[in-house]
Amino acid sequence: MEVLLSLVVGALVAAAIYLMLSRDLLRFLFGLILISNAANLSIFVSGRLISGAPPLIEKGQDFPVGEVANALPQALVLTAIVIGFGLFAFALVLTLRAYRSLGTLDTDEMRVAEPKDPS
Amino acid sequence: MAAAQDNSLPTSPGQALAGWVSVLISVAFFVGFWQALGPVGNGEVLRWSWEWVPSLGISLSFLIDGLSLSFALLISGIGALVMLYSTKYLAGHKHFARFFLYLTLFMMAMLGLVLSDNLLSLFVFWELTSITSYLLIGFSHTSADSRRSALQALLVTGGGGLALLAGIILIGWVAGTYELSEIRAQGDLIREHGLYLTIFVLFLLGAFTKSAQIPFHFWLPNAMAAPTPVSAYLHSATMVKAGIYLLARMHPTLAETDVWLWTLTIAGSATAVFASFMAVKQTDLKQILAYTTLMALGTLTLFLAADTGYAITAAMTFLIVHSLYKAALFMIAGAVDHSTGTREIDRLGGLARAMPITTAAAALAALSMAGFPPFLGFIGKELKYYGALAVQSEPLLVAGAVLLANALMLVAAGLVAFRPFWRGTHSTPMTPHEAPWQLLAGPVILAVLGALFGINSDLIANTLIKPGVAAISSGELEPVELKLWAGINLPLILSGITITLGIVLLIVHRRMRAFLLAMEARLPSFDRGWDKFLDGMKATAAWQTRILQSGVMRYYLYVIFATLLVAVGGTLIWTGAFTGIPDIQGVQVKHWVVVFLILAGTALTTITNSRIAGIAGLGAVGIGVALIFIIYSAPDVAITQLLVETLIVVLFAVAALRLPMLKPEDGFPNRKLDALFATAIGAVVAAIMITVTTGPINRRLTEYFEQSSWIDAYGRNIVNVILVDFRALDTFGEIAVVAVAGIAAWAILKGPKEDAK
Amino acid sequence: MKSIILTAGARLLVALLLVFSVFMLLRGHNVPGGGFIGGLIGAVGFVVYAIACGTSEAREALRLAPEKIAMAGLGIALFSGFMAFVMADDPFTGQWLFIGATETDKGLPLSSVLVFDIGVYLVVMGAILTLVFALEEEV
Repeated sequence: MEVLLSLVVGALVAAAIYLMLSRDLLRFLFGLILISNAANLSIFVSGRLISGAPPLIEKGQDFPVGEVANALPQALVLTAIVIGFGLFAFALVLTLRAYRSLGTLDTDEMRVAEPKDPS
Repeated sequence: MAAAQDNSLPTSPGQALAGWVSVLISVAFFVGFWQALGPVGNGEVLRWSWEWVPSLGISLSFLIDGLSLSFALLISGIGALVMLYSTKYLAGHKHFARFFLYLTLFMMAMLGLVLSDNLLSLFVFWELTSITSYLLIGFSHTSADSRRSALQALLVTGGGGLALLAGIILIGWVAGTYELSEIRAQGDLIREHGLYLTIFVLFLLGAFTKSAQIPFHFWLPNAMAAPTPVSAYLHSATMVKAGIYLLARMHPTLAETDVWLWTLTIAGSATAVFASFMAVKQTDLKQILAYTTLMALGTLTLFLAADTGYAITAAMTFLIVHSLYKAALFMIAGAVDHSTGTREIDRLGGLARAMPITTAAAALAALSMAGFPPFLGFIGKELKYYGALAVQSEPLLVAGAVLLANALMLVAAGLVAFRPFWRGTHSTPMTPHEAPWQLLAGPVILAVLGALFGINSDLIANTLIKPGVAAISSGELEPVELKLWAGINLPLILSGITITLGIVLLIVHRRMRAFLLAMEARLPSFDRGWDKFLDGMKATAAWQTRILQSGVMRYYLYVIFATLLVAVGGTLIWTGAFTGIPDIQGVQVKHWVVVFLILAGTALTTITNSRIAGIAGLGAVGIGVALIFIIYSAPDVAITQLLVETLIVVLFAVAALRLPMLKPEDGFPNRKLDALFATAIGAVVAAIMITVTTGPINRRLTEYFEQSSWIDAYGRNIVNVILVDFRALDTFGEIAVVAVAGIAAWAILKGPKEDAK
Repeated sequence: MKSIILTAGARLLVALLLVFSVFMLLRGHNVPGGGFIGGLIGAVGFVVYAIACGTSEAREALRLAPEKIAMAGLGIALFSGFMAFVMADDPFTGQWLFIGATETDKGLPLSSVLVFDIGVYLVVMGAILTLVFALEEEV
């Protein structure tokens, strides 16, 4: 299953990069969400997959019984999801603001800092 | 010029305090080092050590041996005199206290440099001296000339410092330690190592830039833009000798090879001869002194090339002699400037009547510089000839170079210390008057010391010179006795020739200067070359910025992703880590359904031209990923993913109202290439993932968390315990990012509004 | 588009979600839950409320400005980390107090870790609401 999900991550990355290379900022944001999903999934899969055994310690036990899922990548991914959301929300707000100021979502037109002909 | 500054302003009590505290600090240092004279004279080496960065092998360790003690006494002693001098010289200056802060900082850094027993801490102090030197050269920061000179000095010595750092790291790698006392025991190992030449060149770059050897000499005369006490202190007596110190310190480790011998001989003699000609060409007192300092630095380099007792003794002696008379002469130049308002020798003359004490001190110092008996300068010069005749490379060539340089030195001494005081009459901007005692103390004490040490050379021979030579040569070489009269021999005859030649040249000085000026006009100027070099750097920077900073977001992304593709994909192929896609096993129907959901959502988002469809596709992907988390035992992650997915959809739905429709992209021809590019990167990522997941896994950390989650942290949900207990500091950083993102977004939305153009 | 059913439903829903979010927060140390999840649930509750009744009413219901909640949460989390100083431990070392503990029962456990998780809860909820409210007020 790790192999199949590796391929899924590859597909997500390919789609995300294709979208991020678009001139339209909205498509770029779509790509941003896809690539953060891909990143989360890849961390999760790298920790190996175990089904039906969440990393919990049962009442009365001092340690988890038997093999349980890898807790470390889960902790990493959990915060990564929330941070990824913060990043996305911030990018979305920037996009809104840019559209309000510049009147376009075409990134090729957004050249305030580095104008086409420096003068 | 600094001296012409308005001295009518009274120095405030606080400022005066700053000055006197600085003087006291340096006196205290001097007295402290004085205590070490006894043990060091007996051949002891004193050491202190504290751990600084143990993980990198950096310790704050200090050693006092003959070499560092000589330097430390010069630095603190001359420092005290120069600071005393400055209390008067800069009296009433707006930045009086700032000046003393810089000067004291410099003194500390310089002391740290010469006392360090660890190469890395030596480097830190080395850079600190460069920085304080920058601040002091640019002290008159309103003058463009000062600023340019300061920056030039900083860039040249700073560049050399970088080379030195590389050399230090290499030597630490070869020797396995950064402690100097351990490195010097491994001289043979380092000399025979394949990296010796690289280390040698890097250290030389550091030393030559700092000590202004050709071709890096041009910054030193420009550094005379600094106030005169700074020139006396940093740019003649102490800082510029840091390079010499480094060469001496590394002598046991790096010397005794042909490349060392020849490089130092050629660079040293070229610098010495070139600088002496330049010196007699100048008309500004400080410029003459600056070039004679260059000459002295060249001579010192020359002697450190060899490893004979004569040469090293000559180097140690000349080092002390030069610091004494040069600091004195600089301070005298400042006093003359202070008193008359000019430093142009053509406008100065007959000052002896008005400034008798200054005249006497100048005469003493200049006689030592010119190498007349019975001054220490004479002994130094004799030893130079002994040393020159004993060098292994080309004794006659070296002796010739030294002879020429010494004769010209005599001319320079005459120009600086006799012409302004004796010949002719003056026509100076201010009526000359004797300098106040603070300006006189330094030159008088130093000049008298020069005579005293010459008459009774035992005063320094056993306490400083002998231990110094032992430190430079690892105790292998016997130092030579310092004697005023050693019988009639070749060095004495050479001395006679020097003095005769010097006096003749002094007489024909004007004609010689005209000739030198004509010569110089034909030679390329290093200073102008430097400007061209800087212009070239700026042009290159502008050129590459235009290429890299295109201002089009897609191009930045292309660069980033192409780097990923080449660097990571290339490594994957190069190392052969990826061995192909293994069989897909253990996949049930529910798994296929989830994978299909994710892929379908991805495809929809990628190809659609409808905002709503795109958002729906994203939602499908998010839910698919959440399902994977559920299937593979990650309830916390799955819940978080679902909640975030909900919020993303809400946010998009709200924002989309304000954003324009998606435009079809069929019109863009490069989208097909983009697709190819993106697919390639996706393939590389998939290959990495397969390589990682089919390889071994280290669960050490996870096992630790599993074992201690309940026992130590009283939590049964291991994921939550990691977040709020084991890695709480990380989590704190992460929630801080979330908070900042929220508030920044709020600020952007609520901030000042500008409407679309 | 205010509808009475939606408004009334949203009031009920936000109350339920808030209670649920605190429940998730408190149980998080031993079973799935915790500050991140609790904060997200709380935020979703108020987002629903804002969509149904408008942001001004949602702000009133929240009483405190959301950016202040986020900052307070950050302060609480930092404070919990410094509690370790009282016991001369490294910062962010968990400190525990078992009220009414017996041989067999641990009693009511209070800990700096729980305080930290409350901080996380407040930051996540506050930051998200800051953003969402601002965005909705823009449109």
